[in-house]
Amino acid sequence: MLSLGSGGGKSTKPSFVSYVTPEDMKIKEKEEGLRSKHPYLLPGEVVFCSANHVLKYTQEDVSQRGVYGTLLCTNFKIAFISDESASQETAPPFRNKLLSENDIPLTCVDNIYGVSDEKKKLIIGGQVKSKYPSKLIIQCKDLRVFHFSLTYAKEEEAKKIFQGIVHHSLEPKSLKCVFAFSYCETASPSQASRKSSLTLMFETKEDWSVELGRTKGNCKVSSANEDYVISEKLPQFFVVPFAVSDDDILRFLGKGIPFWCWSHHSGCALFKMACLPTIQEDGISQKYMHRMLDAVTQDQLCPVKIEDLSSCLPALQDLQLSYNKFKQLFLIDSTTEFWVSDMKWFSSLENSGWLEIIRQCLMKAVEIVDYLESAHTSVLIVEEHCSDLCCVLSSLVQIMLDPYYRTRSGFQSLIQKEWVAGGHSFLDRCNHLYQKEKEVPAPVFLLFLECVWQLLQQHAPAFQFSETYLTVLSDSINIPLFSTFLFNSQHHRDTAIKPGHPEAQRSPLNFPSVWDWSLQFDCKAQSLFTNPLYVEKPIQDKALRKTSHQKHQRQLSLPNTLSKPSPRKGFFKEETDNLKKIFLGKRISKWLNPTESSKELYESWQRKPLDYQGLLLPYLDGPSVRVWMQRYLRWVPEAQIFGGGSITTVNRVLELASEIQDLQKEVERRSCRMNSSTAWTQVYSGPPLSARLSSFPFTATHAWSFKPAIPSSIRQSLGSVSSLADKEDDDCQGSGVL
Amino acid sequence: MEEAPRFPGESIKAIAKDVMYICPFTGAVSGTLTVTDYKLYFKSLEREPPFILDVNLGVISRLETIGVQSHGENSCGMEIVCKDMRNPRFAYKQEEQSKLEIFENLTKHAFPVSNDLPLFAFLYKEKFPVDGWKVYDPVAEYKRQGLPNESWTISKVNSNYELCDTYPALLVIPTSIKDEDLRRVVAFRAKHRIPVLSWIHPESQATITRCSQPLVGPSDKRCKEDEKYLQTIMDANAQSHKLTIFDARQNSVADTNKAKEGGYESESFYTNAELTFLEIPNIHVMRESLRKLKEITYPVIDEAKWLSNMDSTHWLEYIRLLLMGAVRIADKLESGKTSVVVHCSDGWDRTAQLTSLAMLMLDSYYRTIKGFEVLIEKEWISFGHRFAVRVGHGDVNHTNSERSPLFVQFIDCVWQMMRQFPAAFEFNELFLITILDHLYSCLFGTFLYNSEQERVKAELHTKTVSLWSYINSQPEEFTNPFYVNYENHVLYPVASLRHLELWVDYYVRWNPRMRPQMPVHQNLKELLVIRSELQKKVDELHREASTRSLSSSSDRGSSPSHSATPVHTTV
Repeated sequence: MLSLGSGGGKSTKPSFVSYVTPEDMKIKEKEEGLRSKHPYLLPGEVVFCSANHVLKYTQEDVSQRGVYGTLLCTNFKIAFISDESASQETAPPFRNKLLSENDIPLTCVDNIYGVSDEKKKLIIGGQVKSKYPSKLIIQCKDLRVFHFSLTYAKEEEAKKIFQGIVHHSLEPKSLKCVFAFSYCETASPSQASRKSSLTLMFETKEDWSVELGRTKGNCKVSSANEDYVISEKLPQFFVVPFAVSDDDILRFLGKGIPFWCWSHHSGCALFKMACLPTIQEDGISQKYMHRMLDAVTQDQLCPVKIEDLSSCLPALQDLQLSYNKFKQLFLIDSTTEFWVSDMKWFSSLENSGWLEIIRQCLMKAVEIVDYLESAHTSVLIVEEHCSDLCCVLSSLVQIMLDPYYRTRSGFQSLIQKEWVAGGHSFLDRCNHLYQKEKEVPAPVFLLFLECVWQLLQQHAPAFQFSETYLTVLSDSINIPLFSTFLFNSQHHRDTAIKPGHPEAQRSPLNFPSVWDWSLQFDCKAQSLFTNPLYVEKPIQDKALRKTSHQKHQRQLSLPNTLSKPSPRKGFFKEETDNLKKIFLGKRISKWLNPTESSKELYESWQRKPLDYQGLLLPYLDGPSVRVWMQRYLRWVPEAQIFGGGSITTVNRVLELASEIQDLQKEVERRSCRMNSSTAWTQVYSGPPLSARLSSFPFTATHAWSFKPAIPSSIRQSLGSVSSLADKEDDDCQGSGVL
Repeated sequence: MEEAPRFPGESIKAIAKDVMYICPFTGAVSGTLTVTDYKLYFKSLEREPPFILDVNLGVISRLETIGVQSHGENSCGMEIVCKDMRNPRFAYKQEEQSKLEIFENLTKHAFPVSNDLPLFAFLYKEKFPVDGWKVYDPVAEYKRQGLPNESWTISKVNSNYELCDTYPALLVIPTSIKDEDLRRVVAFRAKHRIPVLSWIHPESQATITRCSQPLVGPSDKRCKEDEKYLQTIMDANAQSHKLTIFDARQNSVADTNKAKEGGYESESFYTNAELTFLEIPNIHVMRESLRKLKEITYPVIDEAKWLSNMDSTHWLEYIRLLLMGAVRIADKLESGKTSVVVHCSDGWDRTAQLTSLAMLMLDSYYRTIKGFEVLIEKEWISFGHRFAVRVGHGDVNHTNSERSPLFVQFIDCVWQMMRQFPAAFEFNELFLITILDHLYSCLFGTFLYNSEQERVKAELHTKTVSLWSYINSQPEEFTNPFYVNYENHVLYPVASLRHLELWVDYYVRWNPRMRPQMPVHQNLKELLVIRSELQKKVDELHREASTRSLSSSSDRGSSPSHSATPVHTTV
């Protein structure tokens, strides 16, 4: 059965079209009227500076027209407030309660360019700016691009706003300057303390015990680091094999300890470990390692395989480099640029290497899955601090193997477990503070979301959450409000939220978690987080399932062509070597060929009908790894499909689901009171499918103004085939081409 | 071992045991190879379930002997190069008689035309409950478009194919045109393919007309009647005082054509006309592009170089050009309310691609199963796309440079549109794949021959079965469960490489790793079943209710108009 709406039958109907009801509209209009004078500010938000008569170019418009308004900079965001009150149609259907359409959180600013005398120049923070450019281009981390003209503003205001924006968004600052602190000091605690009850936060012993119990893991919860006595990097509680003693943990301050992640039903389990400091003498560390590995094998009664990520996956710097190239492909200034870059699209994509990195991560995860699933071998993932790619890999493996993590609460718990408790340095990787010497920025978490998106688009019915959910989650990283993404570790958070002066007698600040979605979106908007294609339970009727599967396998479309199976029994290579022998401190040789190794896993998996509640493997061949269209193309007007996009499928399913609900209600009603007259309530209001853009729900519809995107000139790039191009269509002498 | 399954009318020509099929994906496997007059059928019991390879002979482009190493005594090899992106290979012992026989038979029946044998479509004896030849009735289709009207008439001037032997018998031309003027225009257009109407906008009366290039030649020949003819086409649409001529070719190629008899309309002679080149390369470039595409997708994909390899085939770039051209045509009609004339050189390749794509964008009727069949019958088959020559049905001469996958390219464009508008088409992907498979298979008569005249002469409609008979006998197989009628909505696909993708389910379908296990559609189909069951139940309850209160009004409950479908699908 498919899930009907967010919380099963009893919840409100999923309404997927009209996010803003007429009532809301009225309220909004009122708000707008007020807002033109006073910007909408969050608790604790203060305006630093502002400038009137700023022109914001409307990108969709080739004629470079725009709207006048006020540009301001607060301690939270850069905001543009239009002088014209927003009309109903231009209001985004999917409104973030914290941010308006033209708001850019300071931490969301990626690059700022100044244009003076037709020259575009990257603005770098820290330099004294006496002059200001006439035009400002702000590129955001969520890939929006804003163009502002300061030409018509008063000189003093323009200068101030320019300096203010540069200072507050591009220059180093301290953690306490991040907006969350002033927000939490001001916001009423009740507003920020609602927690989503289903998500395990992994801050307590109980959460770990629950998780251990759920997966029937054979390990113990350790409190050795309670109050962070051993390590500030580690969480207070974590799970280790029984044989690992508190002394062991103390010895290298948590390094070299196999931390439990997840247990497979066969008894083998997934562990992760930070490398031992290299200064240790080989003899000591080797002996220590042997003991740790013995601890792992002892509890699980199965061999262990070590995966050292440093030798097979790109370094953080490469990640950053690659992503910078990749995102550039979507930060488009003009229509001309769009069409010019379209010509070399595939080569540019390949050149960025980003999709290849995604593929490598998924491939590595499949290898690990293979060990756990087919060889029933425990896997120990090793990385220098076990808090970067280690998190990507361990989370991916768990998503592929355990359907719980494909539900929304399961996914959120997973991120808490592997990323937040796992000590991923969100703050440093996101580069929110601009402290260049301290931070190594790298889009590690985004890489993980990208990998999950690949799985989601390949196996949509396996996930309870939608693409929109992932996109919104990726945007939330750049909103400086959520404890989830603001710190480098739990200890870092715990010390940061302590009140400044101990004598102040205040309780620690109550930072909201990103999982408190109601802070950002109302219920209607949140209904878009649920994937209507999700298949909750395996279908009971096995026979029906089987036939439909075979039917589909019939690829050739002949009247009675037989199905073409690709049968071959897979044998799983048994791990015979003593795996421990090859483990020598930090450097471990890569000892298997990645593609061939999981071939049999794929074959045996593909032979069975796909169980969405079972093992999920990604397709990794060239065409299968795609660009996350919603995230990357949603703001590019040229790339909008008017009335189309994959969102139409989703809407169609939602529509059907609600029709079914209505019918069900009708059946119930009729069975109770047979004589009542029919009064159908229309489910549906809002823009029809054909009047929506493919970027729905992220951009507003402009049904009246939609024009197909046509480049001004068609350039050919024929390359080597030009000799053929000159040939007559029907010249019969030509031969030997094939 | 049981015999290979056969269609009615199909007969086995040879059987050979102990032939080895060298599968590029799963390794070599030994079994029995059967050759019939329709297909090659390989079955091996070595695997569980039995391994079967079924290749219809029509799809074979050429047969080649190859040396086979490392397969034991099977020292002889045969590669079967197929038009549908695969090259299965067999290995066998050289000397055996049965093996020689089977490959002799294969060569003979794979290329029946070259061996004076009938195409299998003429032997196929299957009976279908629906007659697909009745799908396209030109008069009915023109009537649907509101034709004839005061400006346009359905003319029988070509009823004996004397005016133009590659055009259909019925043509829609301007009412006011005089016969002698028409003769002049005929002489001035390449292959006598005069401008004729393909589609008329129901509101603005703007039209799509198609033709071949004007025979301008190097000396800038003029034809007053042709100029007047185009003026008449423009005048038939009161909304615009312009006429746009889309020349599908590259400007440079059109110039080359002009140097030898052909050419294009000069804007100074054709007043009020504007000429736009769509810069689409010719059939040879397209053939080469598909060949490269096969190279990078079969048998294995180089993952690391996949994207740049895609770039180097230019396949999607040409798809982009075609879609872009069609979008421009559709936009001209819809937003500009302006009539357009589309031509290339002969007006049977790129012209057919562009007009049919534009019509698909403009008219939601063509996005239904029936409508799409009509579109193919009309724009492609009746207007003389040279299927026999472009595909090379039953012809051994695989190097013939007139072969080109133009129709495949068109279907690919349709698939791209379907991807961008998943709910706008009544048919599904299987429908498109089926059409392409039978473009080659020669099982049905639909795509045989080059023109209507040839088909009439061959009595195709009585001697062969139409593909639409097969498809329309089981439409549910080919129906898109997401379908919502977009009605008068014009579809503008985004012709950007960012939105184009290789059609993996067609081009790479032989690779088992690229095969999805379960279509998402399955879930929706289940939903549809649930909905219809509930609907039935509601109707039942409704009926029950009305029988109870039957004393007053007896017929209300069962009246179909009142069986209250709340299930209105809002677009």
